[in-house]
Amino acid sequence: MTTRLGALELPNPIMTAAGCGGSGRELARFVDLSRLGAFVTASVTPQPRAGRPTPRAAETPSGMLTAAGLPGPGLDGFLERDLPWLAGQGARTVVSIVGNGVAEYTAVARRLSEVAGVAAVEVNVSAPNAEDRGRTFGSHPGPAAEVVRAVRRHTRPEIPVLAKLAPDVTDIVTIALACADAGADGLSLVNTMVGMAIDPVTLRPALTGVSGGLSGPAIRPVAVRCVYQVHAALPRTPIVGIGGVATGLDALEFVLAGASAVGVGTTLFHDPSAGTRILRELEDALAERGIGRLADAVGLAHKPAGFFPPQIRPEPVPDIPVNDADASDASEAIRRDGSVRAGKPQAGPAEPAESEEMSP
Amino acid sequence: MSDAPVQTSATVLTVRQVQDYYAMTLVAPAVAERFRPGQFVALAVGGEHTARLMRRCFGVYEVKSDYGGTVEFVFADRDPGTAWLAGRRSRDSVDLVGPLGRPFRLPRDPVSCLLVGGGPGAASLFALADVLRRRGCPVHFVLGGPDARRVFGARSAQRIGDSATVATADGSLGTAGTVADVLPRAVDEAAAEVVYACGPTALLRTVTAIATEYGIPSQVSVEEFLQETGACGTGLCLTCVLPIVGDDGVTRMVRACADGPVLRGERVRWGDLGTIPFDAIGAPGAHAAVRFGAEGPR
Repeated sequence: MTTRLGALELPNPIMTAAGCGGSGRELARFVDLSRLGAFVTASVTPQPRAGRPTPRAAETPSGMLTAAGLPGPGLDGFLERDLPWLAGQGARTVVSIVGNGVAEYTAVARRLSEVAGVAAVEVNVSAPNAEDRGRTFGSHPGPAAEVVRAVRRHTRPEIPVLAKLAPDVTDIVTIALACADAGADGLSLVNTMVGMAIDPVTLRPALTGVSGGLSGPAIRPVAVRCVYQVHAALPRTPIVGIGGVATGLDALEFVLAGASAVGVGTTLFHDPSAGTRILRELEDALAERGIGRLADAVGLAHKPAGFFPPQIRPEPVPDIPVNDADASDASEAIRRDGSVRAGKPQAGPAEPAESEEMSP
Repeated sequence: MSDAPVQTSATVLTVRQVQDYYAMTLVAPAVAERFRPGQFVALAVGGEHTARLMRRCFGVYEVKSDYGGTVEFVFADRDPGTAWLAGRRSRDSVDLVGPLGRPFRLPRDPVSCLLVGGGPGAASLFALADVLRRRGCPVHFVLGGPDARRVFGARSAQRIGDSATVATADGSLGTAGTVADVLPRAVDEAAAEVVYACGPTALLRTVTAIATEYGIPSQVSVEEFLQETGACGTGLCLTCVLPIVGDDGVTRMVRACADGPVLRGERVRWGDLGTIPFDAIGAPGAHAAVRFGAEGPR
């Protein structure tokens, strides 16, 4: 189940989504963070931020609207308290960053490059650009590329930089291409999309922030479409698929659309132990479909119907002594191959064939 | 860590109507065993394929050792999620996380305690009363609500409390009036040295003001605020924040679920709930984004 995001190798593709795992401590009471592919932090800002007044959240069908206003301890607090703690847990930490203008993004990126324990940097481009009348960087290719290029330039080369894009733009592919051109090693698709709810009791907007980010299974089809389109245009750029993933089959859907990893967000509010459950369900789903490696499933939905990824089978290894009962002749290997396709978990290519797999 | 919360699929033992509220008892041994008074549970509503993703948080009324360990809580039916809960039947399953939050802090010495409750929130006080009485603390109750049907636990309070005062707005039970009207006299008569409270936010504010007047500490559970603003109950979503003054005199936005629900009343900036006070850490300053007022979703 290993996967890669640029230079970063992850033991499995299940990550948290930015801003949905708290500081990590809250989630660690329910799952072992080292068992997740990666932990993605809430967006780190240069200064501490109190965020927006309450109410910050509203429940909507199969989703929720949130406008927390990027609260957080700021870069110093994060580096002092949260990042070392996450490293101590054995988590691979992807640090989401956000700033008010390109200079703030680069300031945060530069500091992150000086410390240990940063597996990757995710650039949250859905922040208002103070230099552009408060429009978000991510809504246009130019500003999005500008901030990604600046962060890439100020981040140590071995740390991948991911650009996290919002889906509610005219053409996400153009923005994704611009970010990839600007040096993004991967793309996180997607952020929340802007929505709004009005409280029928108060007759006013349900959130203090008036509009908020819509997340949860409600936006999953939008997110899958974005991943599919961007993977078609950029088949070599790793994608983290995010948007309403609640089950292993949801995660599989993103992988088939072209995601190399999958972020779990709003579902963690509902089910804090979802990360490891979704991982288990995804493993089972791949095994049931006879897909041995995650990489074989990435983007599979783009292939013509009937195409099946070539399987890498454990070859009979002649120099390992095997007893006569399960001598590994050609017919045995074929039978074993068939049994794998019928739904048995496949042994890793490096492992010798196990005797119980062959005995029945 | 035996005090860490657990997530479990709990079996419903009973759901019964208590006046205008519902009391649900779940079999959840791991939760019952870890529970301390003042803590709450967070329930998923709508079953496995629910479209309602926000957890509902309720203070625990009591835990018992029957069936390995049960947890009972009291709630008002106020939205489709709580209606779903009220519609559960014996042997149904409910996904439960708990116990969550910080409990009521207990006095070291056997001092006289005043327990103030309003609406379904009063339920949280009964487990506390048990523990206080076992420590030899005299326990006095003050309960309030709009009418007799919306005062929870008046009879139990009379039975287990050293005294019990009830106030209803319409006079249908006890004194006609509000908790604020009867509280000063109750503090005097009980010679209370600490006040505990759980109920509507306005009630907690009143209790804090009166306790401060008398120079006694108050421990309040902001359960109602948590129910109105929270989405997860586990400290992840950062939606249930309120301004608290710390030991250093600095105001911080803290989570009702993870840093509460029990807070020292005098530390809560009651008048600033639903705002970010300008002097809170990280409050919007001269940043340009505030002028434009158009922040992105995340």
